[in-house]
Amino acid sequence: MSAPTRYAERKAEPNIRFLQGNEVCAEAAIYAGMRFFAGYPITPSTEIAERLSERLPQVGGTFIQMEDEIASLAAVIGASLTGLKSMTATSGPGFSLMQETLGYAIMTEVPCVIVDVQRGGPSTGLPTHSSQGDVMQVRWGTHGDHSIVCLTASNHQDLFEMVIDAFNIAETFRTPVVVLIDEVVAHMREQVRMPEEGEIALTERLVTAVPRDVDYHPYFPREDGRLPMSNFGGDHRYNVTGLVHDMWGFPSNKPNVADELIHHLIHKIENRKRMLVRHKEYNVDGAEIVLISYGATARSARHIMENRRAVGMAVGMIELQTLWPFPNELIRERCKDADYIVVVEMNMGQMVHQVEAAVDRPHRVFLSNRVDGAMITPNNIKNLIRVIQGKGV
Amino acid sequence: MAATDYLRKRFMPHIWCPGCGHGIVLNSLLRAIEKLGMEKNDVVMVSGIGCSSRIQGYTDFHTLHTLHGRALAFATGVKLAKPEVNVLVPMGDGDALAIGGNHFIHAARRNIDITAIIMNNSTYGMTGGQYSPTTACGDLASTAPYGTVGKPFDVVALARAAGATYIARTTTYHARAMTRILTDAIKHHGFSVVEILSQCPTYYGRENDRGDAVEMMEWYRDNTVAIKPDESGPINSACNGEEAPLPIGVFVNRSEPEYCDSYAKLVREKVLS
Repeated sequence: MSAPTRYAERKAEPNIRFLQGNEVCAEAAIYAGMRFFAGYPITPSTEIAERLSERLPQVGGTFIQMEDEIASLAAVIGASLTGLKSMTATSGPGFSLMQETLGYAIMTEVPCVIVDVQRGGPSTGLPTHSSQGDVMQVRWGTHGDHSIVCLTASNHQDLFEMVIDAFNIAETFRTPVVVLIDEVVAHMREQVRMPEEGEIALTERLVTAVPRDVDYHPYFPREDGRLPMSNFGGDHRYNVTGLVHDMWGFPSNKPNVADELIHHLIHKIENRKRMLVRHKEYNVDGAEIVLISYGATARSARHIMENRRAVGMAVGMIELQTLWPFPNELIRERCKDADYIVVVEMNMGQMVHQVEAAVDRPHRVFLSNRVDGAMITPNNIKNLIRVIQGKGV
Repeated sequence: MAATDYLRKRFMPHIWCPGCGHGIVLNSLLRAIEKLGMEKNDVVMVSGIGCSSRIQGYTDFHTLHTLHGRALAFATGVKLAKPEVNVLVPMGDGDALAIGGNHFIHAARRNIDITAIIMNNSTYGMTGGQYSPTTACGDLASTAPYGTVGKPFDVVALARAAGATYIARTTTYHARAMTRILTDAIKHHGFSVVEILSQCPTYYGRENDRGDAVEMMEWYRDNTVAIKPDESGPINSACNGEEAPLPIGVFVNRSEPEYCDSYAKLVREKVLS
């Protein structure tokens, strides 16, 4: 946790801003080159749309408030196809509405970024309070077999980088990427250093080298597996459909075409975990207890880790930044010597099942959670550790 | 370029039933595009889901086959991001007015330069003949074995109230008029709505004893009346069993600021100056 003196030291540095997490999402997206945003107001994500309605026209971009979240993601996909990096932002109820359209982006391999600021659910739930209850919805919310990339962050500097990363991954793999944050990170204000232009590498869209009016195959991979795009409405005429399709983008009922497509959609993400997994580790080597957390709750977990180490306990921590694809191998390897693994999350247990499935001896895995809309405090985690160790609360 | 040159024959044979009106719509649409002298690269076609929405696949334009009801939302993204393209959105009555009803009225309200073509056969053909938002009161459908309850939408009145700046209604019987109307609708700078009554002999016709395709088209001939501009009228909206002749023609054709133009102007005046 930042000590009060640090701000005084750093305020002399250029480019230091004091921002809300939602504003960081907006600024980072503009830095990443996002030039089209369509959205619909919903707590606690609305500030992203508000800021972008002001900022996008200043940088030559376009903002539109659509009639609902379904239309928002649909417009984003349409705009992205024409060549613009595009984004929408929402919260749980809106994200639920987007699920069919999200599947369309996956199926048609259209790059886009969706920010989901989690609030308490189900249904209208706790609009102004925090939760991490959408983790599984991100993974499995849309129907059918698929894979998805999902990034998160616990602080604004990381969030800035994760949003840029989300665009880079979306463009590299032609896939929607979900930036999943929680109400605490979204509404918390803290300092963030705005990177200089060119400081963080940006991935631009791979555009086909096929000349105008020569047949272009929208789903024909290069040798490295990447699918070059052609700006829709431009030099090449092609078909895009949510139906199972061949390399021309034409619908097909052939079993081999369907089989290849589904395998491609999943393998392009699951087989590239090494490129996609981001995480942070603190004191994991030799740790008897490993805490695993992500988003705002990782701040409490880190706090109690430091607190317990100060009294001589061997506590380490892994902060997940890529939630999907889930880093099974990493978790299995880094947790193999721990006596206990404690997953800290604001839900009734979502990531904890992934951790249980990843590690050997899953009876070592415990869940520290809350679903009352309030943050998990360091003491909540400390008390669970005491219970696990048979010391009572 | 001949109208048939716009066809993407790789997609043939098409999925439409014998006697379906949608082929006539495709014919008139391609003739309108031919009349306008448009190149294949000039046209973006965005469709949703349903029999009518398959029309985009049969044309050699930039084609986007999207989700049920959402074509106008996708098209809005395309048009805003690339205002120079001509965006045509063919839809069915269920696609445009039930699941997509909200997108329809909002696209009309914005007056975004998109041509919405509603191929109205009063049924969900692809799923086997269920009642739609334009099925007349009392008509039979596979989900209305005792008759449809509730009034159908009057597409012209709906589009007018929502703010569309070009609104016309025609039928597959009036194929030449349809070509003229589609030509004007595509030329129109703003949100244009063309409702085309298109027969479904397989489901709506059979379920309601309307005879074959020719008889259904003759019904369009005998039960429609050309209107003067700015007239409107209901489609069998009274539940009293009486059918008033259906007005066809161009109902609205006026010029109003278009959405993409207005956004660009706003940015020029308020942000960049």
